[in-house]
Parts: sequence; structure tokens; C-alpha cells
Amino acid sequence: MNTRTLDYVIKRIGFSFLTVFVVLTFNFVLFRALPGSAVTDLSRVPNATPALRHALAQQFGLAQPKWQQYFIYLKQLAHGNLGVSYINGLPVWHNLRADLFNTIPMVGLGTTLAIIFGIWSGVTAAWRWHRPADYLLTNSSIAFYSFPTQWLGLMLVLLFGRFLPTTGMNNAFAVGGSTLSRLGDTLQHMVLPAIAVALTLYGQYTLVVRSAVLEVLGEDYVLTARAKGLPARTILRRYVLRNALLPIVTLIALSIGYVVGGALLVETVFTWPGIGLAVYQSVLSRDYPMLQGAFLILTLSVVMLNLVADLISLKLDPRVAE
Amino acid sequence: MSELDTASVTEEQRSQRSGLGTLLVKHRAGLIGGLILLVFVILAVGAPLFAPFSTTTASGGVFAPPSARHWLGTNDGGIDMLSLLIQGGRISMLVGFAAALVAAIPGALVGILSGYFGGAVDTVLMRITDFFLVIPVIPVMIVIAAVWGPSLLHLIIAIGVLLWTSTARVLRAQVKTLRQRTFVRRAVNLGASRTRVMTRHILPHVAPLLIAQTVVTMALAIFYETALAFLGLGDPTAVSWGTIIEDAFLRTAISTGAWWAIVPPGLCVALVVISAYLVGQSIEEGLNPRLRVANIAPRSWRVRPLVGRGTEAL
Repeated sequence: MNTRTLDYVIKRIGFSFLTVFVVLTFNFVLFRALPGSAVTDLSRVPNATPALRHALAQQFGLAQPKWQQYFIYLKQLAHGNLGVSYINGLPVWHNLRADLFNTIPMVGLGTTLAIIFGIWSGVTAAWRWHRPADYLLTNSSIAFYSFPTQWLGLMLVLLFGRFLPTTGMNNAFAVGGSTLSRLGDTLQHMVLPAIAVALTLYGQYTLVVRSAVLEVLGEDYVLTARAKGLPARTILRRYVLRNALLPIVTLIALSIGYVVGGALLVETVFTWPGIGLAVYQSVLSRDYPMLQGAFLILTLSVVMLNLVADLISLKLDPRVAE
Repeated sequence: MSELDTASVTEEQRSQRSGLGTLLVKHRAGLIGGLILLVFVILAVGAPLFAPFSTTTASGGVFAPPSARHWLGTNDGGIDMLSLLIQGGRISMLVGFAAALVAAIPGALVGILSGYFGGAVDTVLMRITDFFLVIPVIPVMIVIAAVWGPSLLHLIIAIGVLLWTSTARVLRAQVKTLRQRTFVRRAVNLGASRTRVMTRHILPHVAPLLIAQTVVTMALAIFYETALAFLGLGDPTAVSWGTIIEDAFLRTAISTGAWWAIVPPGLCVALVVISAYLVGQSIEEGLNPRLRVANIAPRSWRVRPLVGRGTEAL
């Protein structure tokens, strides 16, 4: 690792930390510092006596000046304290930890499917450039890219709701049963939401891969490889895909925020008990500590994943640092 | 070969030909997209005239399937779907248009300042842009809309303040090259102030690009409006494509099998989004033929020109 690469890595890490800090501050300002904001609304109980208001302000630490509240907020966050849910009175982190473990496999499966099929159809479309297969794949990708996520999810329910479970993570009536059968049940419940996530990402990934591959197909070394009479499979895999990987990784990294937003809508449609559903429910029930906590976890994971993607791009092509 | 022809056209000639109308006519896809958008705009503006039934009172049975009287059937309240769709389009297009205008201001400002001044200004502004690119858009919109409370204005601002980044980036790149062009340097050397150069010389040249970006932003804004409305953050008093989907979801349109209550709004959103992309892309392509080579079409190795690489000629 030379100094320039090291410089780049330090810069990226510094930027990520700065982003995290700005997000934390935004979170504080939005929920606590703005006049008439969420927590101050707490005392807007009908017929609240001044004594009740005072007690509430004391209980939630709203009596101190704002800047002091800000430092207390940062200190509490550093200890992993995200507050207490208004709805079930449990620590927010305790609630969200379980949700996070439900979200990751479903979204992970969906994103993996989208990447596999996106790369496959992107490469196929580029290889068959300006031929029927290209038009079919490109136009269907543009269509999938344009449909609202929640609508795509609802279409899946409409079409396949008869064959596959569409709500929740487990069959609530299947009491008992072995661990294996429970796992199978969960997998069955995971199929439709994962496909919905995959469909919303598929279009974007196909278009990205297609244009990255087209770019590389015009290079001289691809012409040389063809002139040598190498089979198409070898050219695509050894020459084209390897070089197209960098823009693909960069653009997939940029889409992580989109994944999070899409997953949120998909979880709402299929009532998959993940972070996204937690956001939806806390919006409906005005459970602001939960909303804040979920927002922080979502944003911070996107920032972190972006940093990881940056470092992967660097590994793939050290010239990125220049 | 057409790329080479374009290259021989002088700068002045090129800027003369870059009128919006000419561009759209030359790109058929853009023209089709523009026409579809126009139809939606007309329907939105004249919604009360076009809607055959009231959107607040029942005019048919509950979840009545499509018929001669109700072309798209009725919803759970017996309200005509076609009328809802037309009225909903009005609100959706309004939110999209207003949010795109909100986004155009910081987009143009950051893009032009960043591209014109370069150096420290550029670095700071681009870091801010990077920040907005990294944070996930939908969760941020959700918390803003949730804390402020549901209303159209809040929705427009929450969407608009987050969608300016791509406009800023595209404009910055363009301004950077414009800054080196003769007419800009001439104006600077003649003693024109920075404000004058930016508003009188740079802005008119990036205006078509700004419009292209704003059209695309409008589509994105409509897309996000449906998402926020679906999560219960839309204006409860206004019907939009997003709230139609939300209502259908919450009021068991699916378990009743009433596909007509849920399929049309999604198709409308997709149609508007695709048309806006086509228009935006045609304008950008027309302005910068190199995009065709770099982004859309390859330097094909099937019919490869013998003299050098296609792009270098440009």
C-alpha cells in the first residue's frame, strides 16, 4: 500500500465519519431542537396540567438547554442507548435488534438475486447489442425501474398470493414442529418479499451492467481476443466482465440507499417484521424514539456499506486512488 | 459516421441548433415521451372537466368490475376509479412538478458555482453533494414528513431538498467545460463581473440541461410521492396515485381480487416516469452527442471505423 492509496483510504474513512456525525446532528435537530417538534409534542396531552408538562419535560430531559441536551444525546448514543419505545416501553435497540436480524436475510437474498440476474441480462443485452434480445431485456429493465416498488410487491401478491404466503415471517397457526420445518416455513414466507426486492433492483442493475460491458466491448484487447478466436464465454468472463466490474461495484454501492428504501416498502407490503416495517409502524403510531432509532440504523448501515464498497473498488483497481 | 459529421460542425452552429423543439423532433423516443407527458399534463390541468364522476360520492357498487359505465370499475366506496385516477394524477403531477422546481434551485446553484469557481468552493460543495448521495433518500423523507406532519407542502419540500444532487453534478461538469470556451473567457477579459458571466453567459448555456434534469427529477419526485403516500405520509385530504395504491392496499382490494383498483395507478406512474426519462435523455443526447458513444451505444467492434478511435475525433 503506497502513500497515495493510504491517503485515499484515510480520506474515505474520514468522510464516512463526518457523514455519520452530520446524520446524528440532523437527527437531533429534527426531532428535538426544532420548535414544536416531536418530543415537545409529548406534552400536548388533552387537559395536561402544568405539573404534568413539567414532569414530562423532566422525565425526557427537556428542561436543560438545547446544547446540553445535544451532548447528553451524543453521550447516550455512544453507550448504545437509543431511548425507550413509547409503545411497548422496551429499549429501542432491543426492539430493533430482532428486526435487523429479520431484514438482513430477506434483503440479502433479494439483492443477491438482483445482482445475479442483473449481471446475466446486462451481459446478454450488451453481447446482443441492437438485436431483439437486447431490446427485450433493456426495455423490460426500464419498465421494472419505473414501477413503484410497493406496487410491484402488490402485483406479486395479486398474482402469486394463492400459491405462497404473503404476510409475516411464520405461519402463526403452525404451533410446535421441528426447527427444520419452522425454517422451511420462514423460507417459504421469504420468497415473495425477496423477489419483490430483486425486481425493483433488477432493472437498474441490468442497465448499469449493460452500459459498463458495452464500454469494455469496444476496447482493443477485446478485438484481439476475438481475432485470436477465443470462445465467447472466455472473452466475456476473462476479458470483459473483469474490466466492467469496477463501474458495476461503484454503481451497486450507490444503489444501497435505494435498496434500503425499497426494502422498507416491500416489508410494509408483506408485513415482514424487519426494520422497514418498524419504521412504518412507528410512523403510524407516532413512536418517535423507534423512528429515530430505525432511521439511525438504516442511515449508518448505508454509510458503512458505502465505505466498504469504496474499499472494494480500491482493491479491484488501485488507480481509483488517483 | 454521423458522429464525425457532428464533430465538423463549429461551436456556433451547434449552439444555434440546440433549440428544445428541434431536439425533441430529432429524437423520436423523446417526442413520444413528450407527447405522453403532454397528455398527462392536460388531464391533470383539466381534471374536473375530464373526470366523468365525483371522487367523493359513490356512483356504483362496492368494487364493481370495469363496465361500460365505469371503464375502470369502482373502489371499496363505490367511487369511480377512472375519475379518481384523473384527479389523483393532478395531485401527483403537482407534487412532482413543485418538488422538481424546489430541487432545481440548489441543483443549479451548486452546479454552476462549483463548476465556475473550482478549487476550494468546488471541493466543499462536492463533499456536500457526496453526503446527499450517500444518505438513503426514503428514510430521510419519511422522518421529515413524519415530524412535520402530513401535508402537500411538507411532502414537496421533503422530496425536493433531497433530489438536487444529480442536477448539480451534471451541471458542474458542463460548466467546467463552458468556463474554458472562448466566449466566456472573452467576457471575463472584457471585465464582466462574475455574477454577470454566470447569469448571462453560463446559465443560458446550461438551461436545456437544467430542464432535462428537472424533467427527470419530476419523474423521481412522483415516484417518491407514491412511496410516502403509501406509508401514510401523504396529505389525507388529497387524492394522489400514491394514496390510491395505499387505499387499495389497506382496504382489501387484493383479497377481493379487485385488480382494477390497484393496477392502473401503478401503470400511470410508470408511464410518466418512462416518458420523463425519454424526454430527459433525448435532450441530453442532443446537447452532447458524445453521450451516445460513451453511455448508450458502444463503440461497436462489429463495424469499427479504421481511423483511430471514434471518440478521439470528437
